[in-house]
Amino acid sequence: MPEYESVIGLETHIQVKTRSKIFCGCKADSWNDPPNVNICPVCTGLPGVLPVLNQEVVAKAVQLASALHAESIQGESYFARKNYFYPDLPKGYQISQYDEPLARAGRFELPLPGRALATVGISRLHLEEDAGRTIYQAGRRLIDFNRCGVPLVEMVTEPDLRSADEVAQFLIRLRQLLRWLDISDADMERGQLRCDANVSIREPGSQQLNPKTEIKNVNSITNVRQAVQAEIERQIREVEAGRTIESWTLDWDDERGVLSRMRSKETEADYRYFREPDLLPIRVEETEKRALQQALPELPLARRARLVQAYGLPEYDAEILTEERSLADFFETSVKAYAGDPKRVSNWVMNDVLRLIRQAGATAGELGLQPAHLAEIIQLVDSGMITAGVGKELLEQARNAERSPRQLVEEQGLIQVTDSDVLREAAGKILQANPDQVESYRAGKKTILGWFVGQLMRETGGRADAKKARELLQELLER
Amino acid sequence: MTGQICDLPALELVRRLKRGEFSAGEALDSTLARIELVEGRSGSVQNTSADPLDAARVHAYITVTRERARQQARAVDRALASGEDPGPLAGVPLAVKDIFCVAGTPSTAGSRILANFVSPYTATPVARLEAAGALTIGKANLDEFTYGSSNESSAFNPTTRNPWAADRVPGGSSGGSAAAVAAGEATLSLGTDTSGSIRQPAAFCGVVGLKPTYGRVSRYGLIAFASSLDSPGPLARNTTDAALMLGAIAGPDWRDSTAANAPLTDYVAELEAGVQGLRVGLSPDFLRLRTPDAETGELREQGLQPEIEQAVRRVAETLAGLGAEIVEDVPMPSVRFAIPAYFVISRVEAASNLHRYDGVKYGHRAAGPAADLSQLYRRSRGEGFGTQPKLRILMGMYVSGAQYEKRYYEQALRVRTAIRRDFERAFDQEGPARLDALLAPTTPTTAFELGKVYGDSVLMQYADLLTVPANHAGIPALSVPAGLDTSRLPIGVQWMGPDFSEATLLRIGRAYERATADQPWRQIRPAILRELMSA
Repeated sequence: MPEYESVIGLETHIQVKTRSKIFCGCKADSWNDPPNVNICPVCTGLPGVLPVLNQEVVAKAVQLASALHAESIQGESYFARKNYFYPDLPKGYQISQYDEPLARAGRFELPLPGRALATVGISRLHLEEDAGRTIYQAGRRLIDFNRCGVPLVEMVTEPDLRSADEVAQFLIRLRQLLRWLDISDADMERGQLRCDANVSIREPGSQQLNPKTEIKNVNSITNVRQAVQAEIERQIREVEAGRTIESWTLDWDDERGVLSRMRSKETEADYRYFREPDLLPIRVEETEKRALQQALPELPLARRARLVQAYGLPEYDAEILTEERSLADFFETSVKAYAGDPKRVSNWVMNDVLRLIRQAGATAGELGLQPAHLAEIIQLVDSGMITAGVGKELLEQARNAERSPRQLVEEQGLIQVTDSDVLREAAGKILQANPDQVESYRAGKKTILGWFVGQLMRETGGRADAKKARELLQELLER
Repeated sequence: MTGQICDLPALELVRRLKRGEFSAGEALDSTLARIELVEGRSGSVQNTSADPLDAARVHAYITVTRERARQQARAVDRALASGEDPGPLAGVPLAVKDIFCVAGTPSTAGSRILANFVSPYTATPVARLEAAGALTIGKANLDEFTYGSSNESSAFNPTTRNPWAADRVPGGSSGGSAAAVAAGEATLSLGTDTSGSIRQPAAFCGVVGLKPTYGRVSRYGLIAFASSLDSPGPLARNTTDAALMLGAIAGPDWRDSTAANAPLTDYVAELEAGVQGLRVGLSPDFLRLRTPDAETGELREQGLQPEIEQAVRRVAETLAGLGAEIVEDVPMPSVRFAIPAYFVISRVEAASNLHRYDGVKYGHRAAGPAADLSQLYRRSRGEGFGTQPKLRILMGMYVSGAQYEKRYYEQALRVRTAIRRDFERAFDQEGPARLDALLAPTTPTTAFELGKVYGDSVLMQYADLLTVPANHAGIPALSVPAGLDTSRLPIGVQWMGPDFSEATLLRIGRAYERATADQPWRQIRPAILRELMSA
């Protein structure tokens, strides 16, 4: 569709990862908990209760704002009440921020397909509490208050995204950043990262912003991409047909994969914002701000670039290794311990360590594998003491192990068998036991050699020096 | 005063209890006997028809918590028997305004919408009083959600009557509290003051009422009216008791971020320091009352009962005689806009604070199935709220709407700042007035007749004309009895001081009290007591 440019801005809600809720001591994460167990008078809005701000939420939000280069993290910002009625909003107002948000004017730098390094403007970032969850069941409306008061950061972008793919990339990179900084687990399926998209189209080169539609209730990156794509196509069809785009709010139906218009009643509201009198202004001292900024780890893109530069890794490797922060840490610590070719470590991490990580459904940090042990295993393989196959098995054993890989090798007798006499004897037995296969080899089916090597490996518990074994078998068969 | 325990001031009661003159159980029995004598029917949402007996009784309570008080009395007596310190308020009968949540008690706010709400937790100031050994006698009646100055808006009938004259209102919104303390149905009461709700009923019922600095006492567990103005505080028989009680409830509270961390004072220890050298101001703006007309906006003079102005002058003379310096003509030009600004700010906050009462989680829910959610809301709120909350919701929603917010709410906040500046100037120790306190009448009139003002929300609001400036400014104010008018109704005067100057205000109050201890009006008891006790 070269004749239109789409203009997309996102409004994301990020569940901040803290132990307790934003305004009371209740447990914040209720995933897999039964309904209405993590609640108290404060988060269920009983008469007379007052909110008390969890400072951990502020610290994490300031960190995020710093990572997004927000120029103006406010020294003083304010909470406001957003008033509306809904059964899962127990106070009848949501404590949010309105005219004085925590931070403004940030930017998120990320690689986008077809644009080298794009910058997406972040217009504002503010704190608020989550509402509860309404569940419709057999004509009844059930309310789970567990989610009331779960801390959220609302982050609003400028309309800087240009396609559904860019939206998906943005969310992937945002999720990476949030996990990197341990600000949020950012799992969209669990509602820890939510996204509304504002979509409009215009002629390329135009700077005008046309009426936009807002897409709500999308709960995975795939669905956001689909919904935005569908809406762009709908807007193009409308404009082509000579109709105008109206500022609708659209609801994404996950199961049917279609957008439908929400009733205007649900979207036209006067929230009667006013400053929350029950809370003091949020104060972020300069020293505190600086301390939090200095405590920021190297961000994913910088780290990726450094991995390429410092270790001579291909972009591809660097990208995978910086997918998650503890993986990058694991790689770099392993390289130091290994003191050899970083690419060799990268290969082991990307192929073998990553496989264990995926199987365990854990992060590198949670895997229980020490980088020094990986380095030692690679060294054992390099020195010919063990085979690569044994090395891979050792990785699994080295998880949570108290003994070093070298000790494991010695205890379990895993040292590579290179002794020709031992191998020759074993090969002789295999040939004797399989006369038919020997016959076919000798009749010209040379490919069966691989099968013989496999048999020899099995016989030696994988410890046979593969190269030597092949030579020996060949020699015996050719005889 | 008679020799009954329930008529003793708190400090004296505690001293005599600790000397073993009587037990906490006996103190409780004395108070319950007084309640039996003067209370009549307690307020209830069930009571619709009038009872001829109602007219001569006080009706200070919505709920009398006999069992709770009994258990607390036993605990005090056990502590005394085993030589432990039973606390600074040991055995003192306490009435808690029913705007505070107290675990296991109906916490109604005087509203039908919360008539069936039993709180699962206890408000911080109540918890502190109970920890200090006080006996919670019951939950005192009040204007619905504290919205009023006469107690007449309570959904719990019969509403409280003034012990000094049964055809008069006790004031409000802490009317039940003030009446209970005046009639010996409690020795102390915990009230709240948003625009005068402690001081005005204290003045009407001839007791001491202290509105502390905003934030001096935690609001946790106080069912909110206007959160930026609400101040819990004591109602007591004298300034010493108010000091004693303030000491028990003041201080930071991690549950209330707006509770101040300012250092605490031993309010009782400083009481007798006298007023020598203190500068006490009088302002024409608190004596020639001018307020904008509701229709035209032009400034109109509001009447101040002459006997009240005379009382203020007499108090000033007494203080001057004790060595205080009286500073006349302190300008307070912004207070004339205090009521309109209060109207706006309090209603915006009130409307929002009332949002949570939707019949979904607790409180009144309309019976029968509802067609949809909004019908459930409309019916539950329509039935549950009385006229006052409804008016305040309408007004609050109106002035906070996007199209009016700048015109009303922001303007009102500016007025509030201007009033605060007036006080800052008056108290500025480098300024021309350099006041330690400003002396003013507490109310424009003494207690008015039941039914006379109620129904005219604007006129009713003017009952707070002299009290609301201190709420806008967040400063402390102490109202004390200063005589009776010709109808033998109590007159109250108040001192307002800079932030956290409660100790100074109490000192001044105490000096005045001591200097006038022998005056004949102090020996006169409320009419209902005189009648019922002689019968």
